[in-house]
Amino acid sequence: MTITPEFRPAPGDLEEHEFLVNMGPQHPSTHGVLRVILRVDGERLVDAIPDIGFLHRCFEKVAEGWTYQQVVPLTDRLDYVSAMTNELAYVMAVEKLAGIEVPERAQWLRVLVAELQRIASHLVWFGTFALDLGATTPFLYAIREREHILDLFEALCGARLTYSYMRIGGVRGDLPPGFVGKTREFLKLMPSRLREYENLFMKNRIFENRTKGIGRVTAEEAVAYGASGPTLRGSGVDWDLRRDEPYAAYDRFEFGVPVGQSGDVYDRAVCRFKEMYESLKIIEQVLDGLPEGDVRAKVPRVLKPPAGDVYTRVESPRGEVGVYLVSDGGPKPYRVKWRAPSFAHLRLLPVMAKGHMVADIVAIIGSIDIILGEVDR
Amino acid sequence: MPADLGAFLQGVFDQVHLWASQSPFWSALFTLGWGIVKVVLVLGFIIVNVLVLVWLERKFSGRVQSRLGPMRVGRPHGWAQTIADMIKLLGKEDIVPRAADKALFVIAPVVIFTATMLVYVVVPMGPRAIVSDLNIGVLYLAAAASFTVISVLMAGWGSSSKWSLLGALRGAAMLVSYEVPMVLAVMGVVLLSGTLSTNAIVKSQSGLWYILVQPIGFLVFLAALFAELNRVPFDLAEAESELVSGFNIEYSGLRFAFFFLAEYANLLALSAIAVTLYFGGWQGPFLPPFVWFMLKTYGFIILVMWIRWTLPRVRVDQLLEFGWKVLLPAALVNLAVTGVYVLLT
Repeated sequence: MTITPEFRPAPGDLEEHEFLVNMGPQHPSTHGVLRVILRVDGERLVDAIPDIGFLHRCFEKVAEGWTYQQVVPLTDRLDYVSAMTNELAYVMAVEKLAGIEVPERAQWLRVLVAELQRIASHLVWFGTFALDLGATTPFLYAIREREHILDLFEALCGARLTYSYMRIGGVRGDLPPGFVGKTREFLKLMPSRLREYENLFMKNRIFENRTKGIGRVTAEEAVAYGASGPTLRGSGVDWDLRRDEPYAAYDRFEFGVPVGQSGDVYDRAVCRFKEMYESLKIIEQVLDGLPEGDVRAKVPRVLKPPAGDVYTRVESPRGEVGVYLVSDGGPKPYRVKWRAPSFAHLRLLPVMAKGHMVADIVAIIGSIDIILGEVDR
Repeated sequence: MPADLGAFLQGVFDQVHLWASQSPFWSALFTLGWGIVKVVLVLGFIIVNVLVLVWLERKFSGRVQSRLGPMRVGRPHGWAQTIADMIKLLGKEDIVPRAADKALFVIAPVVIFTATMLVYVVVPMGPRAIVSDLNIGVLYLAAAASFTVISVLMAGWGSSSKWSLLGALRGAAMLVSYEVPMVLAVMGVVLLSGTLSTNAIVKSQSGLWYILVQPIGFLVFLAALFAELNRVPFDLAEAESELVSGFNIEYSGLRFAFFFLAEYANLLALSAIAVTLYFGGWQGPFLPPFVWFMLKTYGFIILVMWIRWTLPRVRVDQLLEFGWKVLLPAALVNLAVTGVYVLLT
């Protein structure tokens, strides 16, 4: 079915008992400025067509006009809920292109902040997902815990959302005094809070009824559509870049990778939720074994990587963030292509939504945890 | 002292009544005047309580969510916040969508408020403090309480918005699935007390509250109550995160205020009904009946709020399933057991 910009279906496209509902771009549960055109039969969804582009900021074109270092803050604004992992993907690409060796301590610090970021991002997901399902209180609980992490980041680099902490060749600076102690306090606090969420929400009968069997994606479909991260693992594909293609210092740590089975909203949610426990484990190991040394390699101020192209990818809280970087030997990137996991997951939305109810599409959008800044770029 | 005052007022009332009944004209005027006094009393009671309730809900939800709630307007604890909000709502532009069915759109808020006020007619707040002690009180209640859904349908259809239409249809679908079990659950109480008059039901609970002998009936009633009140977990008709507030989405200003007022007036009314049917109404030792009535009602309201701020929302088909497959059989079994018990004793 084609839909014109004026939102008028072509004659003959709709059955007599169907109608179109415009969901978004201003809607509390589309997580940003996503517009979904719902074709419904009563409350039952016949089709759901995502319409994107409301947050397009020409990131890839702008990046071509700026020097390599200047692009780092830009990457923060893509997936703004998980800025650290974006930066990491980008600086890793530049380092690979220019052949820069990153000091060991910097690698460990990168893992530390990336995992803290993963918890912060999953907490935002947890809160908004609960909000989508009609429970208001978990959101405020999750934001309360996220505040600890944001305070840590603020002490680390002065910013709470868009950090620019990762630099080409390392990180911006070493840990401030008291950081380790405060992180350990957080590690001690967090497991009990997570268990509280489990008891209050994840094990709630209403929650299970609302999520089990909804928005099912088979493993084949997930792979075919390029899904990654918890969305892929929820369908039973055991694939995690941190373990299967280790970057930074991930090969030094032990952690589990939660995998679901049925690929429904419930399994995706549980995967994400359990990942927070695993991240806590990694953070603890980092704090225990943090090596001494420099946090930043010497990198020339005007960086001119040799001509060529590289692709690097990291496991962001949402999935595989990939950067394809082309250099022509000049001080500015020739081309930056950003592979956003949310974009791939959004393409799965029509597959997931078919045959469910209007209330379910809200749960489904919540379960794939899209960030529109990353989708539209 | 209050008892003396009451007796004095009663005396004055009786004198005036006696004097007025001597001529048909004065008698008619007296009936009209007394009716107006009652309406004003009930309206005042509703508005004062709604202002308190909105504030209470915000403070209570703040407490549940480990935040403060309103703090700025009026100290201590932002008591004047609701008043400020109401004044703000009154100052808003009155918008009627161009495509709306104007008559339905305009009447709907009035209907919902009227329907809510109808319930107050049979709420006994004390041995004599009842607007009209109808001998079919409970039947009247069931009819009046379900009236609100008509307004939901009017608002949802009249707005000519697809979202509000979805909300209205949900409201209508819900009505059929919770109203029947609710009435059947209440019939258990009616069987035990042997009367349909609400005041007589309260009086028959002087020894034992009906919640103790009708626990299943009460749970069914409670579940249906949440659907009737449009509250989480059954707030499907206005589902904030799905339908963006559902049937009343197109309303603004004064008309929205009416919906808002009706929502909390309805909460108070149905809580009062629950207290009347299951918690012994105004009965209680030491304190005056009205105080007992208010204490119990507010206690029940806190319970409703507590549940609202804890649970997620069910889906509309799940509610229908719950209504027909769980609530209805439970209510029927409860009614049958109660019937056998009454027959034997």
